Amino acid sequence: MFRDAALIAGKDLRLEARARVALNQAAPFALLVLVLFAFALDPDRGVLDRAPPGLYWVAVLFASLLAVQRAFAVESADGVRDGLRLSGLDPAGIFLGKVLAVSVQLLVLEVLLLVGVVVLYDADPGGLALVVPTCLAATVGLAAAGTLYGVLAAGLRVRETILPLLLLPVVAPVLIAATQAFEAGFDDRIGEGWRWLGLLALFAAAYLGLGLLVFDTLLEDG
Amino acid sequence: MSTSPSPRGTSSRGTRWLGGLTLVGMAALLLFALVLSPADAVQEETVRMMYVHVPTAIVAFTAFFVTLAGSIVYLWKRSEWWDVTAHASAELGAVLLGATLVSGMLWGRVTWGVYWTWDARLTTTALLFVFVLGYLAVRRLPIERDRRSRLAAVVGLLLGPTTIVCHYATTWWRTLHQGPTISRLDPQIDGLMLFTLMLGMVVFGLLYAWLLIHRFRVLWLENRIEDLGLDLALEERRREATDGGPLVTTS
Repeated sequence: MFRDAALIAGKDLRLEARARVALNQAAPFALLVLVLFAFALDPDRGVLDRAPPGLYWVAVLFASLLAVQRAFAVESADGVRDGLRLSGLDPAGIFLGKVLAVSVQLLVLEVLLLVGVVVLYDADPGGLALVVPTCLAATVGLAAAGTLYGVLAAGLRVRETILPLLLLPVVAPVLIAATQAFEAGFDDRIGEGWRWLGLLALFAAAYLGLGLLVFDTLLEDG
Repeated sequence: MSTSPSPRGTSSRGTRWLGGLTLVGMAALLLFALVLSPADAVQEETVRMMYVHVPTAIVAFTAFFVTLAGSIVYLWKRSEWWDVTAHASAELGAVLLGATLVSGMLWGRVTWGVYWTWDARLTTTALLFVFVLGYLAVRRLPIERDRRSRLAAVVGLLLGPTTIVCHYATTWWRTLHQGPTISRLDPQIDGLMLFTLMLGMVVFGLLYAWLLIHRFRVLWLENRIEDLGLDLALEERRREATDGGPLVTTS
């Protein structure tokens, strides 16, 4: 299972390294979201000073939609999905591989965005001991839920519209928890952030577990 | 199903009784809720909102539980019965939860002064509502029925953990920053009020069961029509082939 996961993740990341869709399109999009928020919440009114953690995770959420769609768009052409099904790879391994590849791309994006909020919003990510594990747990949770709904939506004619409708309510707890943990981390109140980190870890574990169970069923359809 | 003479509706003796009982119960509920039960000491007349708000909420959550159970059984046994039950129950649950949200907003406007507050329970309910709308969107996907049922069952299965995580996230989110803003009902609830509330739950439960049976039958018949259409199309193609239609000319 883990060998299969590494194969799939390697394939997806190699594709990304050559096509650079996430880096050239999703990352600028996420940064653009940060800039747009500054227009919406006029920086002079002080709202922007208090908002970076929330804005950061909203941007990540939107970018994760793009990453997930991309992860299954690469399978849709030339019957690759059928090839994947016939390859004899363990479906659970395929799921883990996809999650891993999406996670790595999102983590790169999150580092860029973190620089973005520091530069644009003058945020101070002081409590790195909390910020880094929060990023890791939230990303795995987003990637696991995203992969689950991504494969569900893949191959449908309405995939672009149904994926946000299904995925965003589900990952709303990630937005809440990650934002709260970031607020604690940015304000050097690290102690208050651990329970949120726990919730993020629980979310990630739950969706990883469910994905391992049902990915097989979802991959059958194509 | 197909052997019975073509039915003129989805009702049967049982559902007619159930429907009659529901309507009588509704009338009784109106009587008790609006006339017989006393006004609350604190909330005065607005407390009557409770007799719709609480029962619809509880029955809606029950409906989603049925959907969750139906989804699990469908994934396990691939039974059409459970698939249709899950679908029908989710639709009714969405309607009831919509009623909960609307009645809650109206109630909130008169007691708290705002339609909406970012209380944990409200937020969880709103998210659940959107999530169920997503489930129903999957149910309307224009794809092969088996595949649609499988996708819907997985989404329905995720209803459980999603609701649980949402509940904890929003509860912590709101209790970390501010105390509870809702003035809880007085625990020593008046006897007649308690009775009316219980009556409301029974009546809305009956309403749910009644509509669920009808909705189930409509969905079941829709499936049969779909099968029939497929059979007819196959038959036509076959006849075309055997009658030597224009498609099978061999040179």
